[in-house]
Amino acid sequence: MSVLFKNVKQLVFDIDNFIDTVEQGTLVFKEGVVNYLNGEKASFADKIHRIDKLEATADNLQRKIDNQFYRHSILPQNVSDIESMLDKIDELIDISKDNLYQFDDELPFVPKELVNDYIRLADSSCEAALTCFPAARTFFREPLKVRDMLVKVYFYEKETDKIARNIKRKLFHDMPDLRLSEKIHLRYFTLHIETISDKAESLADMLSILALKMSI
Amino acid sequence: MIILFYLSSGLFLGWSLGANDAANVFGTAVGSRMIRFKTAAIVASIFVILGAVIQGAGASHTLGKLGSVSTLAAAFTVALSAALTVFWMTRLRLPVSTSQAIVGAIIGWNFYTDNPTNLSILTKIVSTWISGPILGAIFAVLLFIIIRRLNRKTKVHILYRHSYIKFGLLTVGAFGAYSLGANNIANVMGVFTNAVNLPTIDLGFVSIDSTQQLFLIGGIAIAVGIITYSKHVMETVGNTLMPLTPDAAIVVVLSQAMVLFIFSSTSLSNAIQSIGLPAIPLVPVSSSQVVIGAIIGIGLYKGGKEIKYNILGSISLGWIATPIVAGVLAFFMLFFVNNVFKQNVGSDRIIENRLKVVHGELVEVESASDTLILNKPKIAETVAEVETTQENEIKEDISNTSAILFWIESLLLLSLIALLFYFFWLRKKKVGKLELKLKLLEEKQLLKVESLKKRLEEKSLHQENLGKELKFRQNEMVTMAMSIIRKNEFLDNLKKEVVKIKSNVKDGETRASLNRLSLMITQDLSIDRDREKFQLLINEQNNNFIQRLCEAYPGLTDNEKRLIALLRLNLSSKEIASILNISPKSVEMNRYRLRKKLKVDPKVNLNDFIRDF
Repeated sequence: MSVLFKNVKQLVFDIDNFIDTVEQGTLVFKEGVVNYLNGEKASFADKIHRIDKLEATADNLQRKIDNQFYRHSILPQNVSDIESMLDKIDELIDISKDNLYQFDDELPFVPKELVNDYIRLADSSCEAALTCFPAARTFFREPLKVRDMLVKVYFYEKETDKIARNIKRKLFHDMPDLRLSEKIHLRYFTLHIETISDKAESLADMLSILALKMSI
Repeated sequence: MIILFYLSSGLFLGWSLGANDAANVFGTAVGSRMIRFKTAAIVASIFVILGAVIQGAGASHTLGKLGSVSTLAAAFTVALSAALTVFWMTRLRLPVSTSQAIVGAIIGWNFYTDNPTNLSILTKIVSTWISGPILGAIFAVLLFIIIRRLNRKTKVHILYRHSYIKFGLLTVGAFGAYSLGANNIANVMGVFTNAVNLPTIDLGFVSIDSTQQLFLIGGIAIAVGIITYSKHVMETVGNTLMPLTPDAAIVVVLSQAMVLFIFSSTSLSNAIQSIGLPAIPLVPVSSSQVVIGAIIGIGLYKGGKEIKYNILGSISLGWIATPIVAGVLAFFMLFFVNNVFKQNVGSDRIIENRLKVVHGELVEVESASDTLILNKPKIAETVAEVETTQENEIKEDISNTSAILFWIESLLLLSLIALLFYFFWLRKKKVGKLELKLKLLEEKQLLKVESLKKRLEEKSLHQENLGKELKFRQNEMVTMAMSIIRKNEFLDNLKKEVVKIKSNVKDGETRASLNRLSLMITQDLSIDRDREKFQLLINEQNNNFIQRLCEAYPGLTDNEKRLIALLRLNLSSKEIASILNISPKSVEMNRYRLRKKLKVDPKVNLNDFIRDF
């Protein structure tokens, strides 16, 4: 029997591994942003190195999963849906890596008054993504429970929007000493961090539809 | 060899059964790419043969009770008529089943040979045709509920679930193929069991009797049908009735397998009988109709929105039409084989039956005379003589009548066949003509479309080139006009400055010089070579346009023509005034006059009117 399910066993392992890698990537991003805001350069460089590796691992795993699905004709009717979902999960680590590199390349100047806000923003945005991963794992085992698990994602996404709006308001209303170029620069970084929660929301939408589809 | 020839009709029936009915077992699995066709074909072939050889006898026995086709020629004809019915009705896209075709053909044989049809057996068979799909639906609903609950209760990873389904489809498919072989082999080889007697093969550990050998050959024919043609059916037929998920496919195939197994298992029937229940009728059932029953069952359980109910009507039509068509065809073909090829199709029974009647009458006479006359031996002699004479007379009578009948019926049959062939030929010709006409029309249309496309492309290219050229020319003219305007403006300003300086200068000589300068500027403004050159260029460019305009409006003056040409360049009144060295107000006045002369609608812009002319 175990010979019969050998391929499936490997695939299940790879999918779990893939989700774990992306989850780790999101956590590393969160920590990296905090390190940058606190001026911990060595830790920040370490996070950049780690997220780079994790992203490469996730890409390799995704390619391997793709191959296994098609080579062994596993779930032929739902393979495209699952592939799209895995793509969306992969997007989260891709964006996290890009964002962290942007911090490294552009070195945005964050005034002290905004450091806490940015930490809260990164925290909330990453939390939205982090609540998606258990839902993605549950999708493979109990599709009917997925919808209940996604409520948190929508909550964190809204919270992130609120924090981002507050930061932008502060930047343009309450900080006359800051140059316009700096304001615009920081506005872009707010947007970058916010993108993670937006992508998490889009993944949550997809998961809920797929879960419904699988349970019919 | 001759046996193989006679078996060919049964083998053909087996091939078509394999080609069509394997899709009921593995159709969804292969169609949804859960199982490769190669795997499905191998499993189905092996299990069909196993089912046929191990468990095929039950249903075949019931068919034998309906009519024991005693000769090879008759069996060949009966199987051939059933096969032709299936083939013909499939081509006409009518619902058909081999089970119903073979039953109809056997009844046709019964009619032809004056053999009584056992009505209780026929009722039993027909009742299973109805109960088969109903039972399929009941099984399907029950299994569907069980699988759904299992799915909800167990927390299996969807990929593992997929593997279980895949494995389940293969296992259930194997069971389905086994049941198909067990139940439907009677359709393929059932009619030959009484006519063919092969020596038993002893393999040491197992011996294969004549019937099993026939079923093995039939099973191989079904397997060949599966391997050679069922892929096409599996891929094209697909989910015509209702889209099926792999779970539902397992349920449907399992229900079908169970129904077919129930109606072909002798041991199950005996077991049921042993507990005091009535025996299960072992009858060949249509696998397609059981599948339809199972799918409808699931559909009804789901709410019945997805079902195509008209399919129920087509099943009922299949129940009635298939046996009738097969029966009539068998009757005529038996007549043909018997009278044209002089083959014994069991028609000697007619004579036997009639003789039985005569014997019965004579025995009655004998017993009656027993009481009246004492000279019994003499009477016996007389009776024997009468019997022989009457027998001879009857035989002669029958042979004479058969000869006449033979010619009449042969003629009728031949004319019917000719008529049928003519009808088919006519239809084929008509269809061929129509197809050819359609093809020609399509080709013509395609060519037309292509040439039109080409012309359109050429035209658009030409137009594009023309447009480019026109734009280039217009740009050239506008550039020239603009340079004239700028130059004139400059000269005008210069003249104003000269006049200003002149008013402040007291010295006479200087004033005279300034007067000369002012005059020179005025002359240059009025006699402008650039303007003339521009005018020439405009006339050259708008040659055709001006000509058309003059034809439409013969009273246009040169100044008006010039104004029209400038308006065509989309220049403003101020710019035109500068070029023509007149005031903008004069341009406006000229525009007004021109508008009146051209009879332009007040709502339409003059520039647009000129551009679109």
